[in-house]
Amino acid sequence: MYVAVKGGETAIAHSLDFVADKRRGDRDLAELSLDQIDQQLGLAVDRVMTEGSCYDRQLAALAIKQARGDLIEAVFLLRAYRTTLPRFGDSVPLDTARMVAERRISAAFKDVPGGQVLGPTYDYTHRLLDFTLAAAGERPVAPTAPADIAQALPHVGDILAREGLLEPPPATDAPPQDLTREPLSFPADRPLRLQNLARGDEGFLLALGYSTQRGYGNNHPFVGEIRYGHVPVAFVPEELGFEIEIAEIEVTECDMVNQFAGSAEVPPQFTRGYGLAFGHAERKAIAMALVDRALRVRELGESVEAPAQDEEFVLAHSDNVEASGFVQHLKLPHYVDFQSELVVVRALRAEVEKRLAETAPLTQAAE
Amino acid sequence: MNGASETPLLSARSVTKRFGGRIACRDVSFDLWPGEVLGIVGESGSGKTTLLNCLAGRLAPDEGSVAYESAAAGSVDVHRLSEARRRLLARTEWGFVNQDAREGLRMGVSAGANIGERLMAVGARHYGNIRGAAADWLSRVEIEADRLDDRPIDFSGGMRQRLQIARNLVSNPRLVFMDEPTGGLDVSVQARILDLLRGLVEGLHLSAVLVTHDLGVARLLTHRLMVMQGGAVVEEGLTDQVLDDPQHAYTQMLVASILPV
Amino acid sequence: MPDTSIPDTGIQDPAYNYAYLDEQTKRMIRRAILKAVAVPGYQVPFGGREMPLPYGWGTGGIQVTAAIVGQADTLKVIDQGADDTTNAVSIRRFFARVADVATTTATQDATIIQTRHRVPETPLREGQILVFQVPIPEPLRMLEPRETETRTLHALSEYGVMQVSLYESIARHGRIAKTYNYPVLVNGRYIMSPSPIPKFDNPKLDRSPALQLYGAGREKRIYAVPPYTPVKSLDFDDHPFEIETWSECCELCGSRESFLDEMIVDDQGKRLFVCSDTDYCEGRR
Repeated sequence: MYVAVKGGETAIAHSLDFVADKRRGDRDLAELSLDQIDQQLGLAVDRVMTEGSCYDRQLAALAIKQARGDLIEAVFLLRAYRTTLPRFGDSVPLDTARMVAERRISAAFKDVPGGQVLGPTYDYTHRLLDFTLAAAGERPVAPTAPADIAQALPHVGDILAREGLLEPPPATDAPPQDLTREPLSFPADRPLRLQNLARGDEGFLLALGYSTQRGYGNNHPFVGEIRYGHVPVAFVPEELGFEIEIAEIEVTECDMVNQFAGSAEVPPQFTRGYGLAFGHAERKAIAMALVDRALRVRELGESVEAPAQDEEFVLAHSDNVEASGFVQHLKLPHYVDFQSELVVVRALRAEVEKRLAETAPLTQAAE
Repeated sequence: MNGASETPLLSARSVTKRFGGRIACRDVSFDLWPGEVLGIVGESGSGKTTLLNCLAGRLAPDEGSVAYESAAAGSVDVHRLSEARRRLLARTEWGFVNQDAREGLRMGVSAGANIGERLMAVGARHYGNIRGAAADWLSRVEIEADRLDDRPIDFSGGMRQRLQIARNLVSNPRLVFMDEPTGGLDVSVQARILDLLRGLVEGLHLSAVLVTHDLGVARLLTHRLMVMQGGAVVEEGLTDQVLDDPQHAYTQMLVASILPV
Repeated sequence: MPDTSIPDTGIQDPAYNYAYLDEQTKRMIRRAILKAVAVPGYQVPFGGREMPLPYGWGTGGIQVTAAIVGQADTLKVIDQGADDTTNAVSIRRFFARVADVATTTATQDATIIQTRHRVPETPLREGQILVFQVPIPEPLRMLEPRETETRTLHALSEYGVMQVSLYESIARHGRIAKTYNYPVLVNGRYIMSPSPIPKFDNPKLDRSPALQLYGAGREKRIYAVPPYTPVKSLDFDDHPFEIETWSECCELCGSRESFLDEMIVDDQGKRLFVCSDTDYCEGRR
């Protein structure tokens, strides 16, 4: 006789123990510390902070450790934690002109005021696996010399804009909406789109940005500037009424210079795309800038011809926590829905077979 | 053309539309009477499609007005209507035949569903009756009955156009807008569809505004003609008169450039 | 960080506000619920938060329950009709942990029932609340992918496209082949998705004495059907709405009235059928 299987709760408890065990792995090996993850896997920490919408290196490192290196799972952990955090208010907008830049380059000009500062990047490395890294052992620290990095680096874009060659940066005093507080609705204005892209999955934006370069909505991009370094975060507490600096964070910023727009009456100007990420994340910032520009079709009077220009398509599918949840939810039981489908398919098959059986004897007779 | 004691079905007054600095159509006025087919001819860029879209409520003119004498509510200002009522009008009393049938059809559902949609949209709930009405219209536009469950994606261009016509006429509209209804079709296919349109328009006493660059189409289908050049109406009158005895230089040029068949 | 492997102690975890969400968020969700109840079947956007369970796992239902649950409530959670499936267990543990609320498997003892993909067989009473987990709140979504367009269609009551899809189903299959997530007309005005419950359960929604709340976390929509509201499954006059039937009865309790799950019991493909609603089935044995 059929006996319904019980014991689901116990099985789940065991599954939780099992995954915690797998996460720790071989007990004979030293456990990873959060500082090690923060330092030696720092770019993973940067990505988790950006997509997790929460700047805290230790929390992001913990999420990566708990998720055993699955970065989208780590982003999810950080986002869920973020939900519980109280909000004091909004900071003053970051002034990236005040950035103390470790790296600042422009592809649009051979040289720029302040110079092309190469900084730390894989761009100039040869991608040869370095087997010396397989053995532990210290590298000597790279030699340093004093440099004039405190000097503020003017934005290349501002220089172009002063000449009228580049559209001025958007100016708005309206407080931006916040996607983490209110649902996304369409049409979405540019600040909302940028927030969506900033927290969007790097792989998704990379693919979309790439598609524009391959002709799906090409907007002739040039990297006007990439800069990476520290910026202060300022806040105006109600009690004080003036700005105080509450933190210093690392960000990567990309200013893209794109296809010029204009006509016989309106002098042509280059248009802008913008990307921003926590930590050092140039691929993300550039991809974001490409997609930002592609989504500006409406305000620039262009037509939607390609997926990267389709606002609803891009913004509704960029969030990897939403995507991962829904894609993986297919693993949940769907047997009731499936049962309904089985009933109908069997009935339809029976009808068709019956119809075929009825016509078959006639054709046989005709032969 | 106008019957006794009637008000015009459609009245345009000084309809003007600009795109940026360019005037697409300028100061167009006319009255359309029940049972009348008005043709708007000109080359591409003459503003005729812009005008058609303004008349049909798809584009808002910058100046001027369009009034329609509706069956239910008397005279309405087309552009002052709420979007809900304008869309309802477009599905019931009006038809719009696009040059590209794909824009006026649901390519992924059957011919029957395409034709039945207007009926379902206003509350028809008997599948058999809806299907019957769709089948009836399929034959009236000369598509074989066994294509009722096929999708327009599998139809030829001419068949799609016939389907689009049926989809529009099933709701017994009083006014049909047509934008180059035979454009892009083979000459022989065109001829058959023109014939079909003429028969339907006469048989159903439809009123229509028809945009075309083809003077032959205008001659066959329209009672009156407006000739547009550079956004302005340069000549108008009874079709035969305008085509046989053009007054304006531009009309003369148009007429002269028709190749004799 | 909370230890995810400790068993339920029946005591609320002090690291969190009651029911996990802060009070402002709960208020925001309750405002959305009130608006939804005032306009039956209309999808109200709300500022959904990330929850510790993934999108697709019922975050909408969880946020709705979290916003309305209190210490006087008794909570039942089911998935596919059963109290002991992994998802139901997980959510019940979550609320046991973050809210000091009694839980039950008995439908008639619950004040709040959170459900994925089924309506309980036991008829509900006035005072009970049924919270549905909804993946795709927009009933027209598969016909029209654009949110801007579907919003307009609802506002203008332009539902021709839905009726067209039902016509097409009959033309293709000889019947309306939709078996779950079967669209309904609520209070004669809005077309609504009842969530992926089998059409078998649709009649239970019509004029139910209970309050129905629907939560979609990833899509960030809440909608509702107040008690005693007409809910009509869409159909044609000559192809009226019908529910599923089985020739078999439940192997365990003999019921011929409930929705049956099919179990494959050996590798010869031998099958038997058991009530999907475990509480209902046990109550009959």
